[in-house]
Amino acid sequence: MTDALLKVDNLVRHFDVSPPWLNRVIERKPKSVVKAVDGVAFEIGRGETFSLVGESGCGKSTVARLVVGLYNPTAGTLEFDGMDISSGTARSRNRGAQRRMQMIFQDPYASLNPRWRVIDIVAEPIRFNKLVDGDAAIKARVGELLEQVGLSAADGEKYPHEFSGGQRQRVSIARALAGSPEFLVCDEPTSALDVSVQAQILNLMKKLQRELGLTYLFISHDLAVVYHVSTKVGVMYLGRLVEWGETEVIFNAPRHPYTRMLLDAIPDLEMSGRSRTPVAGEVPSPIDPPSGCAFHPRCPLATDRCKAEAPKPVSVGAAMVACHAVEEDRLPEWHG
Amino acid sequence: MAEPLLTVRNLRVEFPTRKGSLVAVDDISLDIAPGEVLGVVGESGAGKSMTGAAIIGLIEPPGRVASGEILLDGRRIDNLSYDEMRKIRGKEIGAIFQDPLTSLNPLYRVSKQLVETIMTHMDLTERQARARALELLKEVGIPAAEERLDHYPHQFSGGMRQRVVIALALCAEPRLIIADEPTTALDVSIQAQIITLLKRLCSEHQTAIMLVTHDMGVIAETADRVAVMYAGRIAEIGPVQDVIKRARHPYTEGLMGAIPTIGGRDELLTQIDGSMPRLTAIPDGCAFHPRCPKAHFKCHTVRPDLIGNAQHSASCWLMESGAAGGASDTAGSEGGR
Amino acid sequence: MGPIERTQDNLARFFDGDIWHSFRTSPVTVVATVLAVLMIVAAIIAPLITPQDPFDPAMLDLMDAFTAPVWSQDGVWRFPLGTDDQGRDLYSAILYGSRISIGVGFASVLLSIVIGVTLGLIAGYVGGTTDAVIMRIADVQISFPALLVALLLNGVLRALLPGSSQETLALVVIIFSIGMSIWPQFARTVRGSTMVEKSKEYVQAARVIGLSSRAIMFRHVLPNVMGPVLVIGTINLAIAVLLEATLSFLGVGVPPTEPSLGTLIRIGQDFLFSGEWWIVIFPGIFLALLVLSVNLLGDWLRDALNPKLR
Repeated sequence: MTDALLKVDNLVRHFDVSPPWLNRVIERKPKSVVKAVDGVAFEIGRGETFSLVGESGCGKSTVARLVVGLYNPTAGTLEFDGMDISSGTARSRNRGAQRRMQMIFQDPYASLNPRWRVIDIVAEPIRFNKLVDGDAAIKARVGELLEQVGLSAADGEKYPHEFSGGQRQRVSIARALAGSPEFLVCDEPTSALDVSVQAQILNLMKKLQRELGLTYLFISHDLAVVYHVSTKVGVMYLGRLVEWGETEVIFNAPRHPYTRMLLDAIPDLEMSGRSRTPVAGEVPSPIDPPSGCAFHPRCPLATDRCKAEAPKPVSVGAAMVACHAVEEDRLPEWHG
Repeated sequence: MAEPLLTVRNLRVEFPTRKGSLVAVDDISLDIAPGEVLGVVGESGAGKSMTGAAIIGLIEPPGRVASGEILLDGRRIDNLSYDEMRKIRGKEIGAIFQDPLTSLNPLYRVSKQLVETIMTHMDLTERQARARALELLKEVGIPAAEERLDHYPHQFSGGMRQRVVIALALCAEPRLIIADEPTTALDVSIQAQIITLLKRLCSEHQTAIMLVTHDMGVIAETADRVAVMYAGRIAEIGPVQDVIKRARHPYTEGLMGAIPTIGGRDELLTQIDGSMPRLTAIPDGCAFHPRCPKAHFKCHTVRPDLIGNAQHSASCWLMESGAAGGASDTAGSEGGR
Repeated sequence: MGPIERTQDNLARFFDGDIWHSFRTSPVTVVATVLAVLMIVAAIIAPLITPQDPFDPAMLDLMDAFTAPVWSQDGVWRFPLGTDDQGRDLYSAILYGSRISIGVGFASVLLSIVIGVTLGLIAGYVGGTTDAVIMRIADVQISFPALLVALLLNGVLRALLPGSSQETLALVVIIFSIGMSIWPQFARTVRGSTMVEKSKEYVQAARVIGLSSRAIMFRHVLPNVMGPVLVIGTINLAIAVLLEATLSFLGVGVPPTEPSLGTLIRIGQDFLFSGEWWIVIFPGIFLALLVLSVNLLGDWLRDALNPKLR
């Protein structure tokens, strides 16, 4: 196995969503906590693309934000290239680690400051980290970066509103690359884009990965996109990883009933007329998640044990699966 | 094809601005038969939602239908007064929009909104209307409908809310439903449920659906025929199977190649360079020519109309020479429509 | 692109833009702007276009007191709008007085913007207890009329100052009192917009780069929350001018040796019923026109900068 660039262990993040103190006292409402991420562990090797996939509210974006330090974990450890980045203080001790990771956001319309010229947006990490000295040199470097992402150096003079969504996402990528990072966290980078533009951005990201040896943590709800870009995949449900491993294994021989359900729900472009298991129910509220295995109310294989006891991840072949049915070997065949 | 329920002829929607008119929908013609699902697919700015809005008479001013005809059952509806159109909307044409939250009034119970709509369009007492509302909620698959009937919209989850919106659109048993991105705001598992529901309604009630979406996958699952739109025009229209598997317009071809699929794992996706032109800068000739790998001289200057037969046609000059994607397997071109 | 081309570029953009168009097609706004600009310019260049320095006692002659405007029987061309009880030329006094009124207005709005925007930014960005403390203070203050707060501050400050410096610092005191009485509005608005901007991804991107909170607040968030500040600033300019006039009218504003518009009105009201109506009417009209045109400008700005109304 390649050596791990990012190690995540038992990562937990809770959000306090209680009503204000006064309301709690007067209306006698209890404190309530959302367990957005509830014990997630994975490793990303150098040069890999690890994708987290799941439906809205599963905590995948929270994991991304924990990794880059936009949130601090409630518990658990984050380790980047051997450096501890689990807390704000640990991060400030290991400043080098922060520069080596950057993030690409979902909404190309909100992720660029509308009052700034593109050149200043892209130059900001360069100026902040003092990577290049002098205005002329910075300008030259920004031009280089813009060309690397398929824009022209002259585009630096423009404001974000002069670009289309896809071009803005390119600017966003140029900014992320400006700090010469090794690791990019991509939070749904193409889900606000049209398919033809999505293809451009995905191709660009692959090209950059090859050229610069980047490692990606890729967040998406789109299984087809995830299949296309990743070397490894983790499927999340209500704050936990339910199944993770090599992409081919997860997609060709999914074991967790939730993974199977997700794969079954993808519209069939080939129109092969394959039968699909109807998908039942919706994601429950993360404020009050079901007992035991959080998936049991929607699971066709749920037993009393699933209702009572949360499954521990077990290693099956090249994947890890957290499911009692897998453990007890009562899983039906996958139609594949 | 059976007598069409909806006919759109040479529809043109314009937005007058200080700097001249922007053409959002440019010379579109299409038919929908009873019980048919016509998918209208395209990327943002293609004019697909505007086409839907024109049919239900809900174009935001200053936008307007500049020319063309819209006929429902042979009767023109594009020149009706606001009040006449309001009667048709809901009764004969239902609408489902992308965001279920904005389609429902957050201040009223679901029962009230349903009963009101039913009583506006049908001659029923309040009691009968309530019974029908309950029936509708059951029909769209809301569990414990008796109980949920008197809930407020915020008490429903996203998927359930979209079901309520569908129930609302079904109130007066319309013969046509315009569904604008009905599954876009929903998670994949919920999306599949809503698609199944729409398909069932369509076959059980012979309701025609115009399904406007950017998602080819949804179209493939749901539609009988599909119109691919680009820069306000129809690039290609035909049976779903044909369009997806034997695309004739280079744009459709590129679009299909750009969609990542599970199984076919190429290193890179087919990509169409550039992006959809803004309405302020639609190129001369074929609007797609700056992005088209097969563009030749004529494409730069002359705008192609739909060429092909009554079933499957594309607005591309390659169709003339028979060089387009799948043109070879269509026997005998009957010329432009 | 050099700085000159950039400026040209920006100007071209502006004149091509929606805001300029909306301005051009609103005749009321054009008239109000022309009027406000004329008044402000006249106030600035007052010494050049007036025959007399009304603040210089040496130039005043009591013999000229109560001269009527030029078009009445006793009017003389030397005093087009007549004179007051001290023999001040009213035309000169109004322009000199509006200098003080407008100057105090601008200065106090600027002060309140600096205080309000900074506190609003901090409250909105930092949140938590800091936010609660700042906003509760603002809430308490906003529940009193601005005039009352200004009066109170004015009184307290004057009492604190030694007698000798009271006259010289009178302007500073009044600017401070007015500025401190209107900042909560700016703080509230900026706090709201800051909370919206804070959640946007460009702010998160700046955090991932590693920028300090201060840099993010002032370099990223601030430029994006200034739109509404401009609107409130304009409307508050009118309010500040009125507040100053009111304070001066009540006799706690600027000293009577250097009368502002409010002082002139106060002086004039003593003579309103004895026949010398012009002493109160002309400063009154000037003040009303000034406040009205600035308000109209503010109203238009609010609409023009609000994309929902466009």
